[in-house]
Amino acid sequence: MTLAVRVIPCLDVDGGRVVKGVNFTDLRDAGDPVEMAKVYDAEGADELTFLDITASSGSRETTYDVVGQTAEQVFIPLTVGGGVREAADVDRLLRAGADKVGINTGAIARPEVIREIAHRFGNQVLVLSLDVRRAADQPSGFEVTTHGGRKSAGLDAIEWAKRGAELGAGEILLNSMDADGTKQGFDLELIRAVRDVVDIPLIASGGAGAPEHFPPAVEAGADAVLAASVFHFGDFRIADVKKALRDAGIVVR
Amino acid sequence: MSKKVVLLDYGSGNIRSGERALQRVGADVTVTSDFDEALNADGLLVPGVGAFEACMTGLKSVRGDVVVDRRLTGARPVLGICVGMQILFARGIEHGVETEGCEQWPGTVERLRPQHDEPVPHMGWNTVDVPSGTGLFDGIEKERFYFVHSYGVREWQLTDARESVAPLVTWTTYGDDRFVAAVENGPLTATQFHPEKSGDAGAALLANWVRSL
Repeated sequence: MTLAVRVIPCLDVDGGRVVKGVNFTDLRDAGDPVEMAKVYDAEGADELTFLDITASSGSRETTYDVVGQTAEQVFIPLTVGGGVREAADVDRLLRAGADKVGINTGAIARPEVIREIAHRFGNQVLVLSLDVRRAADQPSGFEVTTHGGRKSAGLDAIEWAKRGAELGAGEILLNSMDADGTKQGFDLELIRAVRDVVDIPLIASGGAGAPEHFPPAVEAGADAVLAASVFHFGDFRIADVKKALRDAGIVVR
Repeated sequence: MSKKVVLLDYGSGNIRSGERALQRVGADVTVTSDFDEALNADGLLVPGVGAFEACMTGLKSVRGDVVVDRRLTGARPVLGICVGMQILFARGIEHGVETEGCEQWPGTVERLRPQHDEPVPHMGWNTVDVPSGTGLFDGIEKERFYFVHSYGVREWQLTDARESVAPLVTWTTYGDDRFVAAVENGPLTATQFHPEKSGDAGAALLANWVRSL
């Protein structure tokens, strides 16, 4: 296989600024999204992901602007998630300059929206994003959460991933709430569990704290690896991740 | 004087990305569905994202298929990208439904079938196998390009020697599945991957195309 494993910096955007907290609380301002996107593009990022983590409609307008400005200056794929509820939201984001759109809570609220979006824009446009944590009461031992991990969706995460793929999601962004912010490495058990049930591309997220954490995620079944704060705060760079992957015999761009 | 390129707006494709990428390489870009403008531009870019059938329907609604035909009759360059490439073939089969394409080339667009459980869509940066004599890939033969698709053309059927310029076909491989990544056929050029999303390599490819107009 000659397809390269993708390294994706994720920018959590609130009111036009990049923020990232530990375990989704205690947000810190990390910078201007457009400038950061340019830097990551220049450093060899294979894609960029924006997660619009704001709830207010006013801030959402700002995010459309940010997406537009980024698309003006960055020539790699841009995924934008946050607040997507229906096909019209996807249309708006694509027109603003997104190439792919992430959906999370909106799909849990109404799974059919996955099919509607895939039908209108193609499977490849839709990234189903899952915030997952361990839960003893679910058959697989993993549950889906919403509202940035604050609420349980009462869904088995592995079943939901499988269903989302069947409904027409083109890709899964799998974020481990247990690993997120710990910097102790990706949640390999979770990655393997989802990889076993879906045959669409899988992006692993949550827990990266060092370049050597990335190859095991790929070996566990991830097609792409995503991280946020470790890049934003300069703990290490995209090139360091690519070197670690290359040293492990994994093909990168 | 910069070359005038029309990016055909028929309701499909990441139009803004295409527009910006062409501007980046110095083209004078107009996004329109206007028949005459599309017919008379130095170059026509036909984008395409999503389902084959939906793209054909959209294309026909602005008589894009006719524009492509007439331009080619007059040897005026056309570039199809992603599904904008696929719809240039004779037919597409998605979910068992067969849809007629523009039939500029014989051949069928089919579901990808990688052999070792590789995920579909084929999504990400892949290498390409470029034929000698290429103009489109001049200087970027060894680069990777960004693909995102679930369907492709695995049999190139146009071998007829009537062509005054033999078509140059670039291939890519995913798992064990080999399919068309690009075609250079006189005025008609197409890529399965997205040059507008392929960073500097993609910009170089678009610059090669614009320079040829």
